[in-house]
Amino acid sequence: MSEASKTSHSSLFKKELGALGVDQEQVSTFAAFSATLRRDLLIALKRRNDLLNPLMFFLIVVSLFPLGVSSDPQELTRIAAGAVWVSALLASMLSLDNLFRADYEDGSLEQLLLSPQPLYFMVLAKNISHWLISGLPVVLLAPLLAYMLYLPADAYWTLVLTLLLGTPVLSLFGAIGVALTVGLGSRGLILAVIVLPLTVPVLIIGAKAVTDASLGLPLGMHFSLMGALLALSLSLAPLASAAALKISVN
Amino acid sequence: MWQWFFRLGSPKWFYEMSGKWLPWLFVLMTALLSVGIVWALLYVPQDYQQGDTIRIMYVHVPVASISLACFPLMAVAGIITLVWKMKLADMVAKCAAPIGAWFTAVALATGAIWGQPIWGTWWAWDARLTSMLIQFFLLIGVIALRSAIESTDAAAKACALLSIVGAINVPIIKYSVEWWNTLHQPASNFSMAEDSPMGPEIWVPLVIMIFAVYCFFVISLILSTRNEILERERRSQWVVDLIADERTN
Amino acid sequence: MPASAHTSSDSASPSQPTPLLRAQNLFCERDDRVLFSDLHFSLAAGDLMQVQGSNGSGKTTLLRILCGLNSSYEGALFWEGVPIEEDREGFLSSLLYLGHRVGVNKVLTARENLRWSCSLHAPVSDAEIEEALYSVGLAGYADISCRNMSAGQQQRVSLARLLLSPARLWVLDEPFTTLDVRGVKVLENLLADHVARGGAVLVTTHHTLEVPCALRRLNLDR
Repeated sequence: MSEASKTSHSSLFKKELGALGVDQEQVSTFAAFSATLRRDLLIALKRRNDLLNPLMFFLIVVSLFPLGVSSDPQELTRIAAGAVWVSALLASMLSLDNLFRADYEDGSLEQLLLSPQPLYFMVLAKNISHWLISGLPVVLLAPLLAYMLYLPADAYWTLVLTLLLGTPVLSLFGAIGVALTVGLGSRGLILAVIVLPLTVPVLIIGAKAVTDASLGLPLGMHFSLMGALLALSLSLAPLASAAALKISVN
Repeated sequence: MWQWFFRLGSPKWFYEMSGKWLPWLFVLMTALLSVGIVWALLYVPQDYQQGDTIRIMYVHVPVASISLACFPLMAVAGIITLVWKMKLADMVAKCAAPIGAWFTAVALATGAIWGQPIWGTWWAWDARLTSMLIQFFLLIGVIALRSAIESTDAAAKACALLSIVGAINVPIIKYSVEWWNTLHQPASNFSMAEDSPMGPEIWVPLVIMIFAVYCFFVISLILSTRNEILERERRSQWVVDLIADERTN
Repeated sequence: MPASAHTSSDSASPSQPTPLLRAQNLFCERDDRVLFSDLHFSLAAGDLMQVQGSNGSGKTTLLRILCGLNSSYEGALFWEGVPIEEDREGFLSSLLYLGHRVGVNKVLTARENLRWSCSLHAPVSDAEIEEALYSVGLAGYADISCRNMSAGQQQRVSLARLLLSPARLWVLDEPFTTLDVRGVKVLENLLADHVARGGAVLVTTHHTLEVPCALRRLNLDR
């Protein structure tokens, strides 16, 4: 400390004033994007519970269906698609709270909002890392749970593929809700009330695709609709989340 | 044009003007409503399939059509709030949400009452009823968000954003629900109102009722917005003067 | 009710053609209470300005308005003579803001925190991070998780960003609160050095600044 205060300023500062050149901008947007992505993944790796909890929740909810409905394989086969999809939806809802809350509370969110980089990419990076942490494991676990619910073998690939396309949409929509409620004291239920109705199309398309696949029906329409939803939400939802974050820190 | 637009944004101007419009709207609504109700209940011929049940249409269809207009209205108000920071737009949006939720609830209830004799059940997962139900949930979400945020300003912006997101979503939900419904289960062999070709003796009173209910909606919205204006502008001089005037009279 | 605020400068700042930051006719009310109105001031390169005022006088709100974190105000803000909303990106790349909440994630180490928050503006190397941590008195703490640090040490992690940033304008909200005597000294010197190299600083604090340079004051009371 004391030696630091004696040193002259020229050697202390690591950057020249205004060192950020215009030509650097594109490079630095990508650098900021990947740094944000890496940071969030790192935080998740250091907090294993955040990784495990949505997965456990998913497992528990799915196993409630046989207990609540019936253990009869035929009945379970009929509801398998819907049960897995509804559980995936609830699991992604549960994990949403991690998305911006810690950053809001420790002030990192303000730093993010004051970055000169386009906010779209910063929010997108957080969305992607959140999906990798909480969405992808659910997708990977889904076939096992589908087996426990006697889903017909024809439908496995459809289940994984629709979840792969659909869970990012859930994360993206959910992020808007989280961004709107991040500053509120009690936000658990209000988040679900806001976000769940928005996710209805994803649930409908996803569950129907799996059901139709198990009946051997053609699926082109389902995948193109789900793809369209993903494209739409990828391009618009981060913008809405960014705007919502600005409102919430106000 | 712009000047007019921004004058409209002044709560005081709106309060004064709406005070002048209200009596006329009341007269118009009463006239339309009495003609429409008498015509619909007494003079419209019975439906060859549904009998007198068809008369529920004269409440259900107008109410449902207005509840569908509610989200676009809130989204437009939301855009005005976010882009031009016009406070009046937010007051209208705030008042439109609960009124819209009530209209949606009435549309659902009348739909159920109508469905009972036709489908033999109070509730069917019919495409229209289902998407109406989900729209109801979306409206509840906006209202819940509004009441959860303490700062008026932040609540205005947050609800504006959510309304816009919701309005983009409503057609997607509607389309996906229809798609789900038509392919998922055999299409309900009676869809409300539109299958049978309608003669003018049926649709003219329906149009009258639609306009009458629109008047009712506009009046409710204006009355509610006027309350909101007084509440939010209670510290401004013109409201203080207004209240002083009311007291002396 | 609070009335308009006035600028008073202890030493006349050199008059310059275009100041870095200029605020014109700022007005802000919160919950029907006017925080400030008719607020004018400008900040030139080489200016160190302390925003003063009693609790609740709107110091934090003013700083957040200047940064663009708070948009419920009326009035105009200019960065190098250009309205800020016209070139937000340009303004943000010249701005470094440290708020009440220091922006340090407790799960990450000091190095990981700095690497991320700097990458939002301009990426830094590991060596630079270590040197900066050394300068703020956290030598050897680079790879310690911030959860294991005291509040003052976390504050110092965020102060290291001052050394790693090319920003010309520093906006610091109560940066002295958790610092010990030596930390205060280091920060005061940093402020003076930044001003000496042509930067500008806007700072709120209840602490009496002892800086070897001119200090302007903006009082929000009265």
